[in-house]
Amino acid sequence: MRAFISSVYLFLYAPIALVVLFSFNAGRNASEFTGFSTAWYGKALANTFLVSALQNSLMIAFTSAALAAVFGTMAALGMERLGTRTRAVFDALFAAAIVVPGVVIGIATLVALVAVFSFVNPALATIWPGDQPPQLGLGYGSIIAAHGLFSMALVTMIVKARIASLGRDIVEASSDLYATPLTTFRLIVLPQILPSILAGFLLAFTFSFDDFIIAFFVAGSKTTLPIYVFASIRRGVTPEINAIATLVLAASLLLILTARLLMGEKKSKSGE
Amino acid sequence: MLRESDKTRDAVGTPHLQKQPQGTDVTSASTNDIEFRSVAKRYGGVTAVSDINLAVPKGAFVALLGPSGCGKTTCLRMIGGFEQPSEGTVYIGGQPMNGVPAYRRPVNMVFQQYALFPHLDVEQNVAYGLKQMRPRIAAAEIARRAREALEMVRLGGFGKRRIHEMSGGQQQRVALARAIVNKPKVLLLDEPLAALDKKLRTAMQIELQSLQRELGITFVLVTHDQEEALSMSDLVCVMSTGRIVQIGPPQEIYDRPASLFVADFVGKTNRVPATIEAGANSIRLANGVGLPKPASANGTLGAAMVALRPEAITLVRDGAATLQGTVTHRIFLGSSVEYSVEVDGLGDFLVTADRRSLNERDLAEPGERIGLAFDPNALHVFPASTAGSAAITARQR
Repeated sequence: MRAFISSVYLFLYAPIALVVLFSFNAGRNASEFTGFSTAWYGKALANTFLVSALQNSLMIAFTSAALAAVFGTMAALGMERLGTRTRAVFDALFAAAIVVPGVVIGIATLVALVAVFSFVNPALATIWPGDQPPQLGLGYGSIIAAHGLFSMALVTMIVKARIASLGRDIVEASSDLYATPLTTFRLIVLPQILPSILAGFLLAFTFSFDDFIIAFFVAGSKTTLPIYVFASIRRGVTPEINAIATLVLAASLLLILTARLLMGEKKSKSGE
Repeated sequence: MLRESDKTRDAVGTPHLQKQPQGTDVTSASTNDIEFRSVAKRYGGVTAVSDINLAVPKGAFVALLGPSGCGKTTCLRMIGGFEQPSEGTVYIGGQPMNGVPAYRRPVNMVFQQYALFPHLDVEQNVAYGLKQMRPRIAAAEIARRAREALEMVRLGGFGKRRIHEMSGGQQQRVALARAIVNKPKVLLLDEPLAALDKKLRTAMQIELQSLQRELGITFVLVTHDQEEALSMSDLVCVMSTGRIVQIGPPQEIYDRPASLFVADFVGKTNRVPATIEAGANSIRLANGVGLPKPASANGTLGAAMVALRPEAITLVRDGAATLQGTVTHRIFLGSSVEYSVEVDGLGDFLVTADRRSLNERDLAEPGERIGLAFDPNALHVFPASTAGSAAITARQR
């Protein structure tokens, strides 16, 4: 049994370990380790295509995560006020958004966006006063929208769990102590759900930063880091890719650990 | 602090409770801190409370007493502003409160689970209400009053503690300080002692009482514990299935229950079916024993239910006593003794005997034949069909 479990973990983590290991390989060949070197990191960071893809990814991840955190929290707060039956429907819808495969979300978002553009762009052209009406198209905006929508469901689920553990009576107590609803939100609710909002933000960031499938469908001509990596792999795996993968892995792990820590703090607090 | 308050109580003067238990008296709004006028609350098609008329005089300590689900908490929450009545009006200090949100009401509540803010320390919790007041109160003044309130509940020096560092009893007192620091017109207490152990509960009961006398604030206490209601309040409002069934001072509730429900719920009681024939001057118990008709029987005719308090009965070794029975159990309680007596033809009776009632060294033994003696006027007679009687009695009051 122990051997079996070990082999499962080996199968899971050995490839990742190899990627990390070979990112420090001095040689070019991925089959033999010829010595320790950080040369590939330097090379990767000198690659302007790669760096610009990384910048795109960071910008998209940050924007979509911020949007998801704001709207996801608002959705979670709003759902508190729904009747039990309506809330169950929305709960199911949010859960469904998380289980739907990325391919489906990608295609669906693409189809929806193209349909909207083909309707909005001509309309814009007719009412635009100037010569050159703006053309809506696929690009950063569409990736941010697609990622933001998906991660909003993520944030909502996390924040909602925290709100549920808050209990209604501290909100009532605040109201009883002359605080208006807005003050109650600012002084009582927000401080208590902030860690979970932050956790949601970090998970959303990680998701967007790592996502290839959805971005691939709606990116248009833009390149994110996962798309760049995918494209360059077709030209052969270089240790440069290993270096990038290791960096992404480290950053993702750090973010997810932080998110876990924030959610764990919430758990220990509500346990009292 | 208790001793101090006892002194100040005499100086300030105990707030006088006006003995006007008439729930329907609506003319004296100015002397009443709280008034319910024909209040009803419905959730969808379910009626939580209805026909609530209640006047609580300024400075009174009123207890809303009833089993769970009787609507007492709903009434409290309507005073607090967490629920709005479906019908009728709640007045606080003579002002109608329809549509006034909780944060604009001059009342404060001590929640059952305390509802302290876990991310604030003790002093910040207590100062919370003062900080919301407009016009603003100076920070130094807020800090001073918060500390004063903490001293009052004997938590001086605990201001910088985190909430989770406090024990249950301490949290309870923080919740109390957080409410009284605002000097509300009315303090609402939602089963505030339910989560405390018995010893702590008794201590808090005394503390709450002296605090109320010291502050002169009207207290409204919701409880299902009849002992708590009787011992702490000066006006008890007994509720059942969404209605008020009796309002009165504790002794009156106990000595003259308006219905079988009240007799049963407040204190222990023995119930005996009986009949009263028209024109007869006596009442016949179910086992055929006839007794002089008690005063409480006034208009009742036909099938009736008689309630008799356990402590109204004296055990006698006298074969000629009104009722005879066999002792089945004896529970020695120190100052008193509780007997279970199987009365001939009537079933189990509970008898609480003062230790001196029988020879101190000669308690009745299980299995012993014994006589039960009591003053027939100690019997409370209710019509046998008691379903509607509770509401009728309440309305007649």
